[in-house]
Amino acid sequence: MTTSTVKTASKSAYWAGVRDGVPFIFVAGPFALLFGVIATDAGLTIGQAMGFSVLVIAGASQFAAVQMITENAGIAFVLLAALAVNLRMAMYSASLVPYLGPARMWQRALISYLNFDQTYITSIARYEARPEMTVPDRVMYFLGVASPITPLWMIMTLVGILAGTAIPEAWALDFIMPIMFLAMVAPMLKSVAHIAAAMASIIVALVLVDMPSGTGLLVAAGVAMLTGATVETWMEKRAG
Amino acid sequence: MTYSAAEIWIVIALLGVGTFLIRFSFLGLIGDRPMPPFVLRLLRFTPVAVLPGMVAPLVLWPAATGGQPDIVRILAALATVGVGLWTRNVLWAVFAGVITLYAGLAATGLL
Repeated sequence: MTTSTVKTASKSAYWAGVRDGVPFIFVAGPFALLFGVIATDAGLTIGQAMGFSVLVIAGASQFAAVQMITENAGIAFVLLAALAVNLRMAMYSASLVPYLGPARMWQRALISYLNFDQTYITSIARYEARPEMTVPDRVMYFLGVASPITPLWMIMTLVGILAGTAIPEAWALDFIMPIMFLAMVAPMLKSVAHIAAAMASIIVALVLVDMPSGTGLLVAAGVAMLTGATVETWMEKRAG
Repeated sequence: MTYSAAEIWIVIALLGVGTFLIRFSFLGLIGDRPMPPFVLRLLRFTPVAVLPGMVAPLVLWPAATGGQPDIVRILAALATVGVGLWTRNVLWAVFAGVITLYAGLAATGLL
């Protein structure tokens, strides 16, 4: 392959990512708006609220941190709780290694900064479906998915800060995010092992729902990964 | 709120750095060193292991209804998963879920 064809391939991978990332603006937009409103209500300055959305970019942990700041929890507790909410992203990071491990260090660092639920699951679904993708294409695809969502996350936070009015509850925007996540995960349930993993995840997460700051979810995810891997190994042995 | 501006900035900075380090952890440090086959097998289940557990409590006990199970939201979730499994298409699944949600909310609003 010549350099120009490589570049063309990466470019089209980028635009495919942009296309697949666009639907998330309908989820991330209202969520960011809400963060801007809540952060302002809590007494944060424009700079501080924007600081969260630019430096952290992890919705659930931003809400958790602001909530605990308004309750005057100690700094260490705020950090522990908010970081626990984000620990699932260590699993995301590990599961990207087989696909993006050989990429350049700065690319891996940039992708790490942009690695949140939406970009992760959209990209990993594409990598699984197309094992023939090259590493540069995978990098470009990830950056493509992040391109519409990330600036919008920051801009809509600012709009929320400046507008300062909550979205009417009748719009039921609380439920758009669960629908998006379910819609992304359902097409990935392609074997008995995947379904077993999803079931284990749901059951354990519901049982442990009262554990603080998403730590129950971490246990649920661990149990679910083991369940999936065990069932898959067992099915292979039976088939073999 | 008794937090000073400096304290809030400390939270923002440390949360930003900590979150980046969590995301960078494996991808940054392992790079293209080989991983054991069983670990790779475990990791392939990451998306289906994390997201269903993350969403399940939101479906059964939504904060918007004060934690009471809401038939409209449960139906919308089922429609999303059903259409997602059937069509294997994310957008159709979202469409089915959103239509069910708003049709259900409109119907219960009229009753």
